[in-house]
Amino acid sequence: MSALQDELPRVRRGIGWHRIGAMLLRHWYLLTSSWPRLLEMVYWPALTLISWGFLQNYISGNAGFFAKAGGTLIGAVILWDILFRGQLGFSISFLEEMWSRNLGNLMMSPLTPFEFLLSLMIMSVIRLAIGIVPMAVMASLFFNFNLLGLGLALVAFFCNLIFTSWAVGIVVSGLVVRNGMGAESLAWTLVFILLPLACVYYPVSVLPHWLQWVAWLLPPTYVFEGMRALMIDKVFRAELMIEALAINAGLFVVAIVVFVALLNSARSAGKLIQSGE
Amino acid sequence: MHDTHAAPPPAIEVEHLTKVYRKTTAVNDVSFAVARRSVTALLGGNGAGKTTTIGMIMGLVRPTSGSVRVLGKRMPDESADVLGRMNFESPYVDMPMRLTVRQNLTVFGKLYAVQDLRGRIDQLAADLDLKEFLDRPSGNLSAGQKTRVSLAKALINNPDLLLLDEPTASLDPDAADWIRRHLENYRKARGATILLASHNMLEVERLCDRVIILKRGRIEDDDTPSGIRTRYNRTTLEEVFLDVARGRAREA
Repeated sequence: MSALQDELPRVRRGIGWHRIGAMLLRHWYLLTSSWPRLLEMVYWPALTLISWGFLQNYISGNAGFFAKAGGTLIGAVILWDILFRGQLGFSISFLEEMWSRNLGNLMMSPLTPFEFLLSLMIMSVIRLAIGIVPMAVMASLFFNFNLLGLGLALVAFFCNLIFTSWAVGIVVSGLVVRNGMGAESLAWTLVFILLPLACVYYPVSVLPHWLQWVAWLLPPTYVFEGMRALMIDKVFRAELMIEALAINAGLFVVAIVVFVALLNSARSAGKLIQSGE
Repeated sequence: MHDTHAAPPPAIEVEHLTKVYRKTTAVNDVSFAVARRSVTALLGGNGAGKTTTIGMIMGLVRPTSGSVRVLGKRMPDESADVLGRMNFESPYVDMPMRLTVRQNLTVFGKLYAVQDLRGRIDQLAADLDLKEFLDRPSGNLSAGQKTRVSLAKALINNPDLLLLDEPTASLDPDAADWIRRHLENYRKARGATILLASHNMLEVERLCDRVIILKRGRIEDDDTPSGIRTRYNRTTLEEVFLDVARGRAREA
């Protein structure tokens, strides 16, 4: 190594937390510069909760099984929002770089793709918290639903849902890097394929037999089944959470591999120097 | 035995570089080396392959064949070793519009692990006359102000290698002259290497030690500005550029 190189400061290899901190600071500046952005993050979850909360109140007015099953609606709404908003928080933080044509700057900086993804994951949790915390408070005040009352099960539900949301967000980001802003709408639509298949509002047994096989390939299915078991039968099914975690681990690895392949493909196609177009 | 006195490798080494996009050959078997502390221009008309070549040097575009080494490291595979020592400015990228100039420079300074970041931003603000709009959102700036901010971002880490794509494209003559003077001073003070793509012949003649003329992805000529002018028997590089663009044969 030349003496010249020895003298020069080198950016450390490995995970650079200062670089991840820089990315979080960038999004913090963005969020705090725009109150409509913050309002929107609270507005939609609150609106969804109110709509479903009143429906639950109506159903709960009846006696019998449906009254008990109806009690799971708010739980399903909130858990679905963790999945949906977690993915949206990831994807929108990524899309901000595309909208501002900043991706080339980042790709040319010492920020590694893995650090970039890690910062997006942290941002998704921050964005999610901004929307979900007021939602949980409203659920408690207006509909007598205590999210924290789920206890440790909530941690298991949350971890599994957020892992799935990141996997979807990573794949969507890779598709946008490779295909440009034409793929932007996937950020809002792709996750909805999970809504019917993961049995958010009904048990898996409702599905045709062959579709049940598909449903059990999806980690959120285990979470929503687990949530119903907890709220209706008062049983925490830990085995469901462990199975979901195992599938999530596989899904996450696949998502990373797909992202790296799409990023390399974008590099080969010259998409990184004109991102946003 | 390890030779500690060995000369450092060139800042940029490009060997048989080729880039094919589907059926279009953007860069065709290009080879050149850029010496450290030099200023080299890539000249050429639209579609000559300048931006693709710079993209491959930056590691943002993967070559179809051939190799690129930057500060001795293979791009893009070893880019992590050198990205902290280089920077760029290009009309193809922007900075987040809602963030103020100071916020943008802070974020990039932290990405590049700049020491005494506040002092560095103050210094750049003074050097590039950014003080009056340092706390204004970047999206509210004029084209000329944006160019200065982009240049400040490109200089935030005191890079050893600076890649510039049309650095003065949207500036009035006074501001452009001022930026050129700043780049000259930076190169001398830092001992940095600069590679720039430009259509501005005056800029190239004033700033560059060497000119590489590209045409349809190939190197058409490679010499000092005066050497090229002499060979084409022309008094300005602009006349040479027109000769090359219009396919007129050189005199010697």
